[in-house]
Amino acid sequence: MRIALKIWRQDGPADDGRMVDYQLPDVSEDSSFLEMLDLLNEQLIDKGEEPVAFDSDCREGICGMCGVVINGEAHGPERTTTCQLHMRSFNDGDEIVIEPWRADPFPVIKDLCVDRSSFDRIIQAGGFISANTGSAPDAHATAVPKEDADRAFMAAECIGCGACVAACPNASAMLFMGSKVTHLGELPQGQPEREARVLQMTAQHDLEGFGGCTNLGECSRACPKGIPLNVISQLNGDYRRAGYGGRD
Amino acid sequence: MATSTAPAPAARKGPPTILLKTVVAASGVFFVLFVLVHMYGNLQILISPEAFDEYAHHLRTFGEPMLPEKSFLWVARILLLVSVAAHVWASMSLWRRAGQARSTRYAGKKKTSYGRFYAKAMRWGGLALLAFVVFHILHFTTQTITVAGEYPSPAERVISSFGVWWAVLIYTVAMIFLGMHLLHGIWGAAMTLGLNTSLQRAEQIRFVSIALSTIIVVGFLIPPFAIFSGIIE
Repeated sequence: MRIALKIWRQDGPADDGRMVDYQLPDVSEDSSFLEMLDLLNEQLIDKGEEPVAFDSDCREGICGMCGVVINGEAHGPERTTTCQLHMRSFNDGDEIVIEPWRADPFPVIKDLCVDRSSFDRIIQAGGFISANTGSAPDAHATAVPKEDADRAFMAAECIGCGACVAACPNASAMLFMGSKVTHLGELPQGQPEREARVLQMTAQHDLEGFGGCTNLGECSRACPKGIPLNVISQLNGDYRRAGYGGRD
Repeated sequence: MATSTAPAPAARKGPPTILLKTVVAASGVFFVLFVLVHMYGNLQILISPEAFDEYAHHLRTFGEPMLPEKSFLWVARILLLVSVAAHVWASMSLWRRAGQARSTRYAGKKKTSYGRFYAKAMRWGGLALLAFVVFHILHFTTQTITVAGEYPSPAERVISSFGVWWAVLIYTVAMIFLGMHLLHGIWGAAMTLGLNTSLQRAEQIRFVSIALSTIIVVGFLIPPFAIFSGIIE
């Protein structure tokens, strides 16, 4: 299939960047989206040009490393990660616009690569539980109701790819934060730090410069793991119960 | 972990984002309760113009002799004014934050936009509603704007005004805006207050937001259309 590409090229964090047109006359519809970009890069390298920089790691949809905005949609037209998207989701002769995640807390490093260490700092602020190291406790030592375990596991599916931020009109990271707060807050192990977690993570979220949720649901629709919007409501509820950061 | 070379973000000043959202939600809930009471008052005109005037008079003498005349009215007005100021200020702060969070927009256009049109109209629709509220107060409260002559009785002012087609049009358009704002506003307030805790609960919140918005829009539009069509004279 013949594909016309419009790709965001940016030499470095300080460069202004621009859209550049490329043509790929012969792409297999069985190739993945990232294989299509690999093909383009091979051609660019053959011509002595700089290849398009993009992030990827596991290429099986579980690591959260890849992610670009394809025709205005985070991870493209299917509900999956960019690496699990295949060219059969496009038509022969299509023009595909590829851009990096757009959010000021995700500065572009180069081309389609963005720096998501703001997510790391949100996790460091409170997205963890404190546990003694040593031998692992017995799995059945603490009983967890089935519904709680299911909900925690659903939220734990978040791979931190950042598609929620990319899709949100306010560039809010609240689906990401809500996932972590729900995942840990639903389990007994997450209770001792539950209030501190939501306050510290939210403070870091604001400090990084993410916007506020307006409850539209674009994040949840873009999420490759299908995390529901209600984790944001849980985040808000936990934040209220923690006293809005007003008490220490 | 890779060491970042990107500059550290500048510290953001101002209240926490979720606190601002809660201010919007809580003041919004107060407005919903207010418009329900307001609508109940408007519907008195269906009983008779005298009942409507009686209701308007009672608002001024509410609580007498324990409270001085108009004190209840002024407490309500001040509470509403403070709530409007808080609602607008917090929304504008969040709007500004959202703009700062994405200074570069996407070049690609989505084929299908999932967001509902009424949800996307919250900001400019809210400003349009604010403009309407100013007009509404100038029309019926201060009577700075007269539509069809001056009358001492509130019921006569209402009945004379809604005999004029453009007054009916302005209030109809405003109520459609109010309905749109409430459809997403009630949903958003429930989200922000932490009530959406499951998929079933989400369905219930959707139902309540649709039902309340419909009741309020229809309830407010019954008097103007009843007057314009000559059912009430």
